[in-house]
Amino acid sequence: MSVASHTPSAAPITFEKAELRSWKIPIALGVLAALALVVFGVFGRPGESRFRISTGNDFFQIPDAVLPTIAAGWVFGVLLLALAAYAWWLVHSHRKVSLWVTIAFAGIFLFAFLTWVSAGELIPLPGLLIGAVGLSVPLIFGAMSGVISERSGVINIAIEGQLLGGAFVSAMVATLTGSPWVGLLAAMVAGVLVSFVLAAFAIKYLVDQIIVGVVLNVLVTGLTGFLYSKVMTADPSRLNSPPRFERIGIPVLEQIPVIGPVLFNQTIIVYVMYVTVALVAFALYRTRWGLRTRAVGEHPTAADTVGIKVNLTRFINVSIGGAIAGFGGAYFTLGSVGAFTKEMTAGAGFIALAAVIFGRWDPIRAMLAGLLFGFATNLQSVLGIIGSPVPSQFMLMLPYVVTIFAVAGLVGQSRAPAADGKPYVKF
Amino acid sequence: MSDTKQPQPGDELVATVPEDELQQPSRWSNALKEILGGSVMLSVASVLLALVIGGVLIAMTDPKVQAASAYFFNQPFDTFAAIWDSVSGAYWALFQGSIYNFRRPDFATGIRPLFETLNFATPLIAAGLGVALGFRAGMFNIGGRGQMLFGAAAAGWVGFAFDFPVGIHLALALLAGISAGALWAAVAGYLKAKTGANEVITTIMLNYVAYYFVYWMLSTPGLLQAPGSNNPKTPAMKETAVLPLLLGERYSLHLGFVLVIAATIFVWWLLNRSSLGFKFRAVGENPHAAKVAGINVNRMYIYVMLIAGALVGMAGVFQVLGTVTTGFSAGIDAGIGFDAITVALLGRSRAWGVFAAGILFGAFKAGGFAMQVSQGIPIDIVLVVQSMIVLFIAAPPLVRAIFRLPKPNPLALAKNEKLNGKKAVVTK
Repeated sequence: MSVASHTPSAAPITFEKAELRSWKIPIALGVLAALALVVFGVFGRPGESRFRISTGNDFFQIPDAVLPTIAAGWVFGVLLLALAAYAWWLVHSHRKVSLWVTIAFAGIFLFAFLTWVSAGELIPLPGLLIGAVGLSVPLIFGAMSGVISERSGVINIAIEGQLLGGAFVSAMVATLTGSPWVGLLAAMVAGVLVSFVLAAFAIKYLVDQIIVGVVLNVLVTGLTGFLYSKVMTADPSRLNSPPRFERIGIPVLEQIPVIGPVLFNQTIIVYVMYVTVALVAFALYRTRWGLRTRAVGEHPTAADTVGIKVNLTRFINVSIGGAIAGFGGAYFTLGSVGAFTKEMTAGAGFIALAAVIFGRWDPIRAMLAGLLFGFATNLQSVLGIIGSPVPSQFMLMLPYVVTIFAVAGLVGQSRAPAADGKPYVKF
Repeated sequence: MSDTKQPQPGDELVATVPEDELQQPSRWSNALKEILGGSVMLSVASVLLALVIGGVLIAMTDPKVQAASAYFFNQPFDTFAAIWDSVSGAYWALFQGSIYNFRRPDFATGIRPLFETLNFATPLIAAGLGVALGFRAGMFNIGGRGQMLFGAAAAGWVGFAFDFPVGIHLALALLAGISAGALWAAVAGYLKAKTGANEVITTIMLNYVAYYFVYWMLSTPGLLQAPGSNNPKTPAMKETAVLPLLLGERYSLHLGFVLVIAATIFVWWLLNRSSLGFKFRAVGENPHAAKVAGINVNRMYIYVMLIAGALVGMAGVFQVLGTVTTGFSAGIDAGIGFDAITVALLGRSRAWGVFAAGILFGAFKAGGFAMQVSQGIPIDIVLVVQSMIVLFIAAPPLVRAIFRLPKPNPLALAKNEKLNGKKAVVTK
């Protein structure tokens, strides 16, 4: 902070190269790899782990994979250690640890963990992954909503409310009209309405965005709960039995083992999700809208100077985010369960928020975080069936703990857009 | 902003407005303007507005109103009568359930709902004070749920697992709960101080971590689970640990209410009379300025979260030792951790404001249950009204526009600021 106020010396000016090496990732990976070696290898559980890979519908059948648990634990542990060493080498030679190293590490670690817990049991891999994708759909839609509005500088804590509003309205409208498509549209409108309140209070009345978000969640919970108990339960067959979307298998692709049933035999909402993530990722970094959004979120004054309407951009972004989250809310009713129940989102909006932060406000990373969180939640229920050595509550805790680590900067640095949460007032 | 007379070295910076100039138009019209434009009127208007919206919802979803509105153009009066019946019935039930029940024969039983209200208000006020304290230091504590759960778990554990003499047992349980809440909250404060992690995110995440952790303890034999049971629930509290009833068996009011009054006085003293509270407020107003003034901002973040968590943990203690003494499950926080945020906002983060707001929301809760039973109106309407109140209070221009309230007089404000010892630099 202090500024040297000496007279300039006559010595030649030498530029020092800034050291921007961050050892956090290699250290974190190293610790995790060591942990894996100890738990999965040294204290491995005896027996064999079986994985079912194929479903009846595939091109060709792959027999169940059988791994000796302890030996596999050692192999995976060594692999993880090698990856950690690679990350260390990258940082040592002043290069960035790419996202792929982290993803590969997370994948192997998860698989090693699966092998460890399933000693003497059989895990149906396709079923596990299908469930994981299903659980992560609303998380990913919610995370996209969060990314879009936070990148433009409006904190979106109301994701939970947007999801819940979408779920409620879609169930009701789809039942009344008999068409899930109209229900989807209505869900988007509901999401936009919630967003509109957020935007109006945050941008027009300059109310603290966190306060509005928290209060909006309560408001939507109360409103949907009230209408559900008072109106919907009075006549569930006329108001709360929406038609559901059927699974659509994409020909050929759906028959690829593992990937096919997981990714290409889903409802239309999941396919829209793939497109949405791709679109958001492309638009945010490659289009005029994306550049403006990021400018408004990072430095609104500069954006205003070059003629970008800051508050209008934010208003539009928050609305788009609301539409996306509302769409994701429809998945709860039209895509999976069918009927609406009170508080059926059960905190998914907050996990989506966690995914936004863990994904560092980047659409692709946020999607991966959403998938990871969905996987952890589903793994917990699968392990509940086969009986696991880890209490299920600790599995459920995982998304929140990793988010705390991410926010605290222990694993990588998670930095919000500079103007996130700061209203822009033009003087 | 503050209601104290802190002598400040910079007092002479305040632009002095001559007394007679302030009183120029008329003292009374000024006073009236101040009342109309001030925060009290704003709060009242917000509550009214929210109640009106709640009334609209109640009327719209009432089948009788819907039936009558089908022939609105033939007999409009029927519709209005139905609306009046529906809404007045609901709010009358709310009143009877929260303040005085006129259907009871004598005063002693008729007044019972009022104590019910105070009972609901007790944990709300305690948790609200915690959140408000955080607000004043610029910390947004959404972690009420987690802090309550840990407070409840610790107090409950001491309450059912140990045998101590009367008095000591209760004191120890209270102490355990308060410390657990304080420590859990301090995690967020520590992370903010050491790494700059946003406390909003960490407290939200810590809520879930606490929930699953307490749930795990509740469903693990030997920790919190009742022996011989498979449910995630604790055994009943020992008699010696339960908060004693204040007014005999007939009224449910327990010692917690006295403790919460003491807590309110403590928070008022802390914020307005103590040097630590002054530092908290300085950090809340402007952390950079506070740092320049020599205040250790990071340490204040930890301290304020410790005290805030202690207060919220106290709310958890009231839940397990006062409200539900027959053993608790993971839903023991009953949403109070989140309600506390609205209580703190409605109370404008002042100690006594929070106290009043807590009693109002306690009345909503007590009356809401009565309304649900007698009128068939789901208790969720209370959530709608509460959140509406906070939204309106948070956006004064909106409420002023709706009620056409005058803007607060800048000169009068300046005078107040001066009295309060704040540096308000008024030009002209």
